[in-house]
Amino acid sequence: MTALFEVDHLMKSFGGLDVTRDVSLSLQKGDRVALIGPNGAGKTTFVNLVTGHLRPNSGKVRMGGEDISTFNAMKRVQAGLVRSFQVTRLFAEMTPEEHVALAILQREGKSGRVAGSFQAMPEVMLETYAILETLNLVALARMQVSEIAYGQQRLLEIALAMALRPKVLLLDEPAAGVPHSDTFLIENALAQLPDDLAVLMIEHDMDLVFRFAKRVIVLAAGEIIFDGSPREVTEDALVREAYLGSYAHASSAA
Amino acid sequence: MSASNTSATMARALPAQSRSWLRDLAGIAVILVSAIVGYFLFPNNLAQLTRIIAIMQFFLSLDLVTGYCGVATLGHAALFGAGAYAAGIAAAHFGVTEPLTMIAIGAAGGALAGLVSGVVILRGHGLAQLVLSIAVIHLSHEAANKASAYTGGSDGLSGIAPDPILGLFAFDLWGRTAYVLGIILLIIVFVLLRILVRSPFGMLCRGIRQDPIRISAMGASVKATLIKMYVISGAVAGIGGAFNAVSTQVVGLDSLSFTNSAEALVMLVLGGAGTLYGAFIGTIVFIGVEDFVSAANPFHWLTIVGALLIAVVLFAPKGLYGTAAALVERYRKGSK
Repeated sequence: MTALFEVDHLMKSFGGLDVTRDVSLSLQKGDRVALIGPNGAGKTTFVNLVTGHLRPNSGKVRMGGEDISTFNAMKRVQAGLVRSFQVTRLFAEMTPEEHVALAILQREGKSGRVAGSFQAMPEVMLETYAILETLNLVALARMQVSEIAYGQQRLLEIALAMALRPKVLLLDEPAAGVPHSDTFLIENALAQLPDDLAVLMIEHDMDLVFRFAKRVIVLAAGEIIFDGSPREVTEDALVREAYLGSYAHASSAA
Repeated sequence: MSASNTSATMARALPAQSRSWLRDLAGIAVILVSAIVGYFLFPNNLAQLTRIIAIMQFFLSLDLVTGYCGVATLGHAALFGAGAYAAGIAAAHFGVTEPLTMIAIGAAGGALAGLVSGVVILRGHGLAQLVLSIAVIHLSHEAANKASAYTGGSDGLSGIAPDPILGLFAFDLWGRTAYVLGIILLIIVFVLLRILVRSPFGMLCRGIRQDPIRISAMGASVKATLIKMYVISGAVAGIGGAFNAVSTQVVGLDSLSFTNSAEALVMLVLGGAGTLYGAFIGTIVFIGVEDFVSAANPFHWLTIVGALLIAVVLFAPKGLYGTAAALVERYRKGSK
């Protein structure tokens, strides 16, 4: 069976620095995978490469068997590969309602319409408010994004991803910048994602990783050093070394 | 997410929508009232008022690409001039003297110029974009200068004699017909543009101004959207240019000048970009300063323009309209 999403021997170097070294992985429908690794491991670079924001030196990206390596960022989204951003990228002067509606209109190919308003399109409004409701954002629907709290902006990032109805979703640290006490909001939001969607999440919050992921991939210095279950990852010697350096042995001895 | 809950939130959604329509109606009313007041206040100066109308359309067109899409350009007069020359050449050389047809030809000419300059200018970003836009205006100025067989070169294109509008309303010596035509055109353009900026496409453009990377991460093409807006903007500038050709019956090389382009950008910033209303205010301030201040102090009036600009940029960075609107909004929130 061909994988829903497949990365094949991806390589990228900046000058003499190899930031992505021969990375291969695949996702199936409904997968919940966490991509973890120490700072500078190349996680965000990996997302940028896969989504077409950076060009790899070599390697292929496939969606449902189709090679999308030559597609630009826009076409990859249209093929069903959607990402969120580590640092929120939203339109400061627009409202959450407009954000979600714009994503829906774009998905439906209606964003080029030069007349009419999304507020007069009942199906768009219904879906917009359904998504905002799922993420508890209805009360803020008409506020400018610059006026709402960062944690809620993070939720809106997820709302945008949901509105695009992707097949594969790459979440780049969805809980970054959210106070620990509010992480549950992000977690609840992630729990609302459709079951058949394949999700690859980059995250540093290990509690969140272990509750969310069925599979964990560890990236260190641009290389995959572990791909397996969350239970095994804590015991893996290579992973411990990558995170803790030589202290890994000291702590296991103690 | 129960259905009743959703419909309740949607019901709440409606008032804000009607309020923005009210603001547009107020905008149209203000245009009409100012037009009538202007007509009776300056009966001997209708030509100047008519010129203001043409410039307003030019500023509105610049606001579409600069205010809504965030493209800084110093070459926008190329679109206005293209409309003016298209209409003028059609009338002077090809005998198309029906004024509404001339304006339609101007719109088409402006749209074509918008397409070409959009494709060129959007190749760059930031400073490179600005430099490309300057190249566009200088090249088109020089092209019009060289093609003197058609454009009249530096002598200007004369011999434009428009027929009566619809065969009924002849252009009179006092410029009344031109004035009324201008007001009607301006209101039509304004209404169409308000619809445009409110549409999904308008929302997409505002998104591009605020974060183009997010727009491409949504699967939309930034470039195609901007070029489309450039074409629309060109059509609007072309209507303004063609109207200017129809009302003054002459097209000069200065309609393609860098100075015009730069002044337009400055005045748009002064009035408040990205609102359409700011374009009106910018025009009025522009003409007001040019006319009255230069009459009062012919030697230092540019200094006064400079001081005004510095004051606005420092104390009202959203422009005169944007700052006023923000104050009203704050007052409204405070009174609740």
